[in-house]
Amino acid sequence: MATATEQWVLVEMVQALYEAPAYHLILEGILILWIIRLLFSKTYKLQERSDLTVKEKEELIEEWQPEPLVPPVPKDHPALNYNIVSGPPSHKTVVNGKECINFASFNFLGLLDNPRVKYNSCTSIKAAALASLKKYGVGTCGPRGFYGTFDVHLDLEDRLAKFMKTEEAIIYSYGFATIASAIPAYSKRGDIVFVDRAACFAIQKGLQASRSDIKLFKHNDMADLERLLKEQEIEDQKNPRKARVTRRFIVVEGLYMNTGTICPLPELVKLKYKYKARIFLEESLSFGVLGEHGRGVTEHYGINIDDIDLISANMENALASIGGFCCGRSFVIDHQRLSGQGYCFSASLPPLLAAAAIEALNIMEENPGIFAVLKEKCGQIHKALQGISGLKVVGESLSPAFHLQLEESTGSREQDVRLLQEIVDQCMNRSIALTQARYLEKEEKCLPPPSIRVVVTVEQTEEELERAASTIKEVAQAVLL
Amino acid sequence: MRPEPGGCCCRRTVRANGCVANGEVRNGYVRSSAAAAAAAAAGQIHHVTQNGGLYKRPFNEAFEETPMLVAVLTYVGYGVLTLFGYLRDFLRYWRIEKCHHATEREEQKDFVSLYQDFENFYTRNLYMRIRDNWNRPICSVPGARVDIMERQSHDYNWSFKYTGNIIKGVINMGSYNYLGFARNTGSCQEAAAKVLEEYGAGVCSTRQEIGNLDKHEELEELVARFLGVEAAMAYGMGFATNSMNIPALVGKGCLILSDELNHASLVLGARLSGATIRIFKHNIGTEFHCVGQTGLELPTSVDPPALASQSAGITDMQSLEKLLKDAIVYGQPRTRRPWKKILILVEGIYSMEGSIVRLPEVIALKKKYKAYLYLDEAHSIGALGPTGRGVVEYFGLDPEDVDVMMGTFTKSFGASGGYIGGKKELIDYLRTHSHSAVYATSLSPPVVEQIITSMKCIMGQDGTSLGKECVQQLAENTRYFRRRLKEMGFIIYGNEDSPVVPLMLYMPAKIGAFGREMLKRNIGVVVVGFPATPIIESRARFCLSAAHTKEILDTALKEIDEVGDLLQLKYSRHRLVPLLDRPFDETTYEETED
Repeated sequence: MATATEQWVLVEMVQALYEAPAYHLILEGILILWIIRLLFSKTYKLQERSDLTVKEKEELIEEWQPEPLVPPVPKDHPALNYNIVSGPPSHKTVVNGKECINFASFNFLGLLDNPRVKYNSCTSIKAAALASLKKYGVGTCGPRGFYGTFDVHLDLEDRLAKFMKTEEAIIYSYGFATIASAIPAYSKRGDIVFVDRAACFAIQKGLQASRSDIKLFKHNDMADLERLLKEQEIEDQKNPRKARVTRRFIVVEGLYMNTGTICPLPELVKLKYKYKARIFLEESLSFGVLGEHGRGVTEHYGINIDDIDLISANMENALASIGGFCCGRSFVIDHQRLSGQGYCFSASLPPLLAAAAIEALNIMEENPGIFAVLKEKCGQIHKALQGISGLKVVGESLSPAFHLQLEESTGSREQDVRLLQEIVDQCMNRSIALTQARYLEKEEKCLPPPSIRVVVTVEQTEEELERAASTIKEVAQAVLL
Repeated sequence: MRPEPGGCCCRRTVRANGCVANGEVRNGYVRSSAAAAAAAAAGQIHHVTQNGGLYKRPFNEAFEETPMLVAVLTYVGYGVLTLFGYLRDFLRYWRIEKCHHATEREEQKDFVSLYQDFENFYTRNLYMRIRDNWNRPICSVPGARVDIMERQSHDYNWSFKYTGNIIKGVINMGSYNYLGFARNTGSCQEAAAKVLEEYGAGVCSTRQEIGNLDKHEELEELVARFLGVEAAMAYGMGFATNSMNIPALVGKGCLILSDELNHASLVLGARLSGATIRIFKHNIGTEFHCVGQTGLELPTSVDPPALASQSAGITDMQSLEKLLKDAIVYGQPRTRRPWKKILILVEGIYSMEGSIVRLPEVIALKKKYKAYLYLDEAHSIGALGPTGRGVVEYFGLDPEDVDVMMGTFTKSFGASGGYIGGKKELIDYLRTHSHSAVYATSLSPPVVEQIITSMKCIMGQDGTSLGKECVQQLAENTRYFRRRLKEMGFIIYGNEDSPVVPLMLYMPAKIGAFGREMLKRNIGVVVVGFPATPIIESRARFCLSAAHTKEILDTALKEIDEVGDLLQLKYSRHRLVPLLDRPFDETTYEETED
């Protein structure tokens, strides 16, 4: 049966061959020949490239010369030779062997060196730290998760939360790591962060670690921010599905480290609700400075602290300890306990530093007057420094850290830096310790112009402020004219 | 010590997830062990002369394979937990089960959700069940014994209440107090107290501005001497030492080769640097390893199965070397330009595996391929080597061969912060370009003093032999503790000299059970699970300390034994004969050769 069918098929095929038109047969013949040619022709090489032989590889390896691990640093690099401070870096300090009045350390409230029983408080910061040292030793020998949580840490978090009137606070063992860890804990790839151009380096690093889309707006320019937010809104309308999962953050500083200016928080809050973006506020400079009780820029403007999603600050300036903290609602803050890299993976803050911070908070709470004193002193020197020919004051008059920039740049940054350093050195010779604001020039997103940073503390007397102002004036005139 | 032609001391079984890669073909290719053994024999002759004696000491490291049944049960365990998680999420959604977690503000309900629901599923449904095993607050020095604040939860770990009771004298197997310098009495504390009174707690400025104290300079000079390098620099936080200095060293156009198990700080630093990152397999040796190491000593007891499988790894050219070779031969992807420089990132002791880096091989490779080596000694400094100088001394190598010596002060020195040591040019460059030096507040003076005093003590500069004794005590404790645990039949990962001792628990339910049972018996341990470890390799981790006395260790071991039986944790199939004092003789050697 099978053969019969096969035969029948064959017959049909032969028949079809007869019936087919000639051109068809010729075409098929050519095609068959072509196939045969393809089958028997030499293999065609796609690329003329052959793999490297072992010997060639070895030669390549032999040949390769890496760049040196680090480029050589010129001996006269302005940042190579540090000032050496002998003894405590407090109000009167010995810099390079010379006693100076300190206008450079961020010791705004003078809490660093506080040997006397001051401000009606019964213990000094040092005594509190010392008591802690005697109880716990120095190190914690572990991250918070693994027996590195001490009762002092819990106390400090509690106290900070209460002080800031927020639900929760979380402490980090390093000021820089605070905001740099907090941002990537929330903002991920694909999210959008609107950030001020003048934002400090820690914020820049946090943003980089988050791998989010970064949109820079002009410093304190709310119109520019709104323009960007609007642009984003239009973008979102085009792609609503994506917009539903794209988080938006606005990252600003309370008082800007790089400019000494204050952020327009009320407008920011308005924009926040209008465009549904969360606000992260970095308050390292404004915490313990602004506001009636030193709660920072929210208190200064009288803004409900719950309107700010996250506030971060370090404890290395006003509190004169080490470390940093974030505070806000538990819904937000608690997430960092598992996702904040600098929190999870780092040893916790030495208890003595936590105890020092608690004591500093005590002093701040018991002496709300100091914030007004500080403000007054800031205003005083700010005023006194106006009108120096060649130097301009940059920064708010209520900011305890502000900048003196050259009125006119010489055209080269190097030369500017040298001029300013000359002023700093001469002031140092006349017992006023100042420093230039240091930046990593190649790393900064928007490099601020070179400047001398002046820091005001409550310990500086009126006379000293006057003296500093007049010294700077005289020296600047001598150097710049 | 005796010449030992064919054998190998590096016991590493092929792990379930880490198949031995064959560099000649491509990663992921697994050879049959017979073929490999043959190749091993062939390759041996070639390498015996040039690489013989890379190791000057025995290197016994084991990662016993997860038993199949355990692996299956572990996955089942996670499956059940996940199912229940979905069920409870469903109940929570319909408000049948009460929600305990914090919620978004009413005013911001229409914002894009801050967290992805998926992200929190694990936290909510798995971690929350056993949360009481972490963040246990303590209220004493983190020494050999520690006081833990008792806490209770009435809402299934969503919140904790402190009862006010203190659990006194808990044996501390969790803190990284390797040399026992976490103390509130003694010379270190006194010195720190003095400096605290003189200088205060904070510094309020950065190194480059006006926060460079004479104390910092003193510390750096000492650290350089301690490490045997030209210069050193100290930073305020160990984590940040990595994450803020790697970007200063490498950048775009550079290549970072990073061990797959590197610490988060190294990963972050690498990522921030902008360099291309490639990952190599953790600590599987290179082609150098094991091949005819003449200066090696056979481990006192070798389990034949382990030996067989390890020989499969011998000649497979390993991950790191292949990466190096390819990187130099093929250059950067797309542009094909040669890499500017190649930086290898490794750690001394891996804190979750308890393994020690195969430094001699890494250095040999680094030299052969002109790469730079960044060694993170966070856990190994102070804890390894006859005088506590870390992994470099442990292997008897020259610190000059390591380009960047990084470490922390948190662990062995009982302080906080980190350092980088190396050539003068390197440190000069970091002084001018390190992110920490420019933007971060410098180390607190009393902390600096603690480091100075403890380091001097280790160096014997305080006129006592206390430091040296501590280092020896730690080494003894380590060997003893590890050996006893192995004898009991637990699966213990890592190197026999590593004071970090991971004990495998595998199943998620046992993580919580082990932690709680141990605390009940007055022993504080660290338990870790996913995501800190691979999903099925949950473990408990003990950190040994010179402060642990034999009595403390014996108590701990007794309780571990008991809990091990209770929870059926003795998974090991290569039980050691508890006779390690038995002198090594020819017959054992011959037997294990096959």
